[in-house]
Amino acid sequence: MRIKDTYIGIVATTVASLLTGLKTTVVEFFRPKVTEQYPENRATLHIPERHRARLYMPLDEEGRNRCIACRLCENACPNGTISITTSTITDEATGKSRKVLAEYSYDLGSCTFCQLCVNACPKDAIRFNNDFENAVFDRSKLVLKLNR
Amino acid sequence: MDFSIITTAIDNLLRSHLPEQAAILTECVLVALCLVLAYVVLAIVMIFMERKVCAAFQCRLGPMRVGYWGLLQVFADVFKMLIKEIISIKRSDRILYALAPYIVVMSSVLTFSCLPFARGLQALDFNIGVFFIMATSSFGVLGILLAGWSSNNKFSMIGAMRSGGQMISYELSVGLCMLTMVVLGGTMQISEIVEQQLDGWFIFKGHIPACIAFFIYLIAGNAETNRAPFDLPEAESELTAGFHTEYSGMHFGFFYVAEFMNLFIVAGIASTLFLGGWAPLHIPRLEGFNTVMDYIPGIVWMLGKTFFVIWLLMWIRWTFPRLRIDQVLVLEWKYLVPIGLVNLLIMTICVVAEWTF
Amino acid sequence: MELEFIDKKELRTKLKELRNSGMDFLRELIGMDWGDEGLGVIYLLENSTTHENVGIAVRTTDRKKPTIPTVCDLWKVAELYEREVYDFYGIRFTGHPDMRRLFLRNDWVGYPLRKDYNPSEAINPIRLTSEPSEDLQRSYEIEEEKEFEAIAKRENFMHVDEYVINIGPQHPATHGVLRFRLALAGEEIRKIDIHCGYIHRGIEKLCESKSYPQLLAFTDRLDYLSAHQNRHAMCMCIEKAIGLDVTPRAQYLRTIMDELQRIDSHLLMLSCAAMDLGALTAFIYGFRDREKILDIFEEVTGGRLIQNYNIIGGVQADITPGWENKVKEYCTYQIDKIKEFEDLFVNCIITRNRMRGVSPLSLEDAISYGATGCTGRAAGWACDVRKRHPYALYGEVEFKEALRTHGDSYDRMLLRIDEIKESVSIIRQLIDNIPAGEFKQKTKPIIKLPEGRFFAAVEGSRGEFGVFIESHGEREPYRVKFRSMGLPLVACMHKILKGCKIADLITTGATLDYVIPDIDR
Repeated sequence: MRIKDTYIGIVATTVASLLTGLKTTVVEFFRPKVTEQYPENRATLHIPERHRARLYMPLDEEGRNRCIACRLCENACPNGTISITTSTITDEATGKSRKVLAEYSYDLGSCTFCQLCVNACPKDAIRFNNDFENAVFDRSKLVLKLNR
Repeated sequence: MDFSIITTAIDNLLRSHLPEQAAILTECVLVALCLVLAYVVLAIVMIFMERKVCAAFQCRLGPMRVGYWGLLQVFADVFKMLIKEIISIKRSDRILYALAPYIVVMSSVLTFSCLPFARGLQALDFNIGVFFIMATSSFGVLGILLAGWSSNNKFSMIGAMRSGGQMISYELSVGLCMLTMVVLGGTMQISEIVEQQLDGWFIFKGHIPACIAFFIYLIAGNAETNRAPFDLPEAESELTAGFHTEYSGMHFGFFYVAEFMNLFIVAGIASTLFLGGWAPLHIPRLEGFNTVMDYIPGIVWMLGKTFFVIWLLMWIRWTFPRLRIDQVLVLEWKYLVPIGLVNLLIMTICVVAEWTF
Repeated sequence: MELEFIDKKELRTKLKELRNSGMDFLRELIGMDWGDEGLGVIYLLENSTTHENVGIAVRTTDRKKPTIPTVCDLWKVAELYEREVYDFYGIRFTGHPDMRRLFLRNDWVGYPLRKDYNPSEAINPIRLTSEPSEDLQRSYEIEEEKEFEAIAKRENFMHVDEYVINIGPQHPATHGVLRFRLALAGEEIRKIDIHCGYIHRGIEKLCESKSYPQLLAFTDRLDYLSAHQNRHAMCMCIEKAIGLDVTPRAQYLRTIMDELQRIDSHLLMLSCAAMDLGALTAFIYGFRDREKILDIFEEVTGGRLIQNYNIIGGVQADITPGWENKVKEYCTYQIDKIKEFEDLFVNCIITRNRMRGVSPLSLEDAISYGATGCTGRAAGWACDVRKRHPYALYGEVEFKEALRTHGDSYDRMLLRIDEIKESVSIIRQLIDNIPAGEFKQKTKPIIKLPEGRFFAAVEGSRGEFGVFIESHGEREPYRVKFRSMGLPLVACMHKILKGCKIADLITTGATLDYVIPDIDR
């Protein structure tokens, strides 16, 4: 019979193992804490650039977007988050009519942030940004119009 | 400083203005009020302490929002608990269901009243004090059993059965450890026990057997208060909340407060029996040091020691995983009881042979 | 993937033969609806020593009362697999002892994965009444005279005088919405009845109406702790089908991410096991460390839990500069912190006593139940897909397949720690040698798989995760089936838990580490 398996051996190994545990926690007791105090730490909060929080349309200086209303993003979306309405305008110089974007509607409430729409876009007209504080009291407020 | 001066003065004052019966009645009410007030204040302090200590062990900050450094968090919680609805459960045993939390609280208030906070500052003090503590602290389990039984909930029932088995078993170890110290002190009166420790705490006087008794007492006391690693009656990952699953509002609050105060009581008894209660730390042949220590009031000593023991118990609580019910009983009956009995024997031999300091 | 179609009458003789010739691992049992050709089942079998694979299929043209003989006596895991097929296709498996629905309610009308299923809400309204617990087990037997006419037999499962409690669907220790009905004798468990399906989303049915790139979004949401690996399997399956080779850089990134994900999942398992055993401090320590992996993920993929990183033909984005150093720093940190966790929780005598010898799974049972991953390896079954069928870079990196022998809860937990260490070593081998080049390949705007059946498997965080796609050359798949990692683990619970205590159920649940969205696909 090994010493470890005797009555006293069991008591001793038990106490030793428990003391190791106690040592571990007491060391941690005096270490600096890791709690992040959001939202007080907003100023120092690091959000990686690629974090997907909300879809937006980058606009140029005049407020124009790059969307050509091709509906690729709408089709790529697995759950109907994006819906595009178009209007037809006639180019005065050439006399040809073409479709332009009337409204780009994006339902943040059903978006799964899968990035398929951004991947599908041929003109880089939509992107994800880091504005993650999106909580609202009403679901209808989550339906956003992205173009201006 | 002797608090009996103040209490005697109040007693004389009352007796000079009121007939004797009325004076005693008034005193009883006053003492009860003070006790309940101290009980509540200490409970609030303890809940706050538990949160902060637990947080520190877990690399967290704990409550920080309500009040500066989260100081008002507990008050917010108490307020929340007070305004919550007390739900009555279908097909539960109404009377027992409502009675159970009061039994638990009563048991812990009664035990609480035996604690000596300073010389003369003790509500109940008579010649079988230790015995009385053992008696009053043990009927809290009745409340827990009733709570589990009357809730009409299978989880509660299992929790209650567990707590019955566990608390009655560990009563034994607690009793044995107390007896060991009674053997050393030769008295069961709490005030007497503290007086004897003025020239040296029992844990030093009784050296090895006292230390063993102290450790067994800490383990068994932890089990008595249903705290991890012995929180099987609650065992939130197994039985959701065990015996108090169905309780809400202040009824749950009573269980909660009683659990914390039982922790205080266990720590208080530990500091009374082993660490000298309100007796200051005296080192023989160091007169200057002893005089300085004497300047610190007894109540500070008592609370300081108690909170230190509480911190120890919290340290244990936030370190270990929970035991299984059979292991809890094995630990008690195969290890703590035999070791406690042998320890009692050693202590008796030490006392008889005068091998104590 | 080749399939051998077998006549229903010869199915059992053929499968028995295969079983006796060493095909002891039922990788997958797939219910199928081939339209006019009838309903059927596909069996994917593997020899657990030679890793040789066989695909068998069986069909029945009877759509009203389809029957197929059961195989649950040959492979025990078929017990739940066949219940799933019955639930979704209405195929009755004759000889199966317990032919109840597995995921759906008992009062559900119709079989939703059939192609002619009517999803109208008038037939299956949202029912607001609670479902009465059915204690009757139904089994079907074949009567000799009427050929293949199944006769229902019923048997009582739970009796009224038993002390029955529900663990779940809302319970702190089931890690999701799984429900166990337990019959207890005091603290001891007499019977276990598992109810799944509380969060079944019908992803497999949903997949049949989505294009291939859109399928990828679902895989992350099966087992959210194997998000990378699941998606990796799906991408591999599609790439295999369209014959697309992935660039070395993408392979490196995929492998590194897979291993980081594995560490993430194992850390979560260890911490949750600690929490289930009541050690909240260890739980917080584990989560503190896991947070670092999530930061690493977020840096590159933009997601923390659901990363959406793998895409068909490569990965979504290249790594950011300096990311490798962060990973290396993390590896050093983690090895250090694992030591702390071991001191605090794993080596603690209480943990050891709570887990040693609790719910042991034998090697034969592990294979028969198809309990892959750490559960199988703890029983000594070398079932690591990374070794069995190497994919990505696993054929090139050096790593040891961690194995243990007891198969009990404690070994299952220790194996996770071994694997974390192995994963760190794999990451260290790769992180400095990521080759330059493209991180993704151009694919056609509309991806169509050629006609056929395709299967790809990866080693997920808790077992083999497989993706089966049957394509009829359309833009959408005809049938998608995911091999759940958790279902076999849940299937073996009633076997390993009989006679254990309630507390052991919690321990076992924690160490088996099933993830419910992966069971309820």
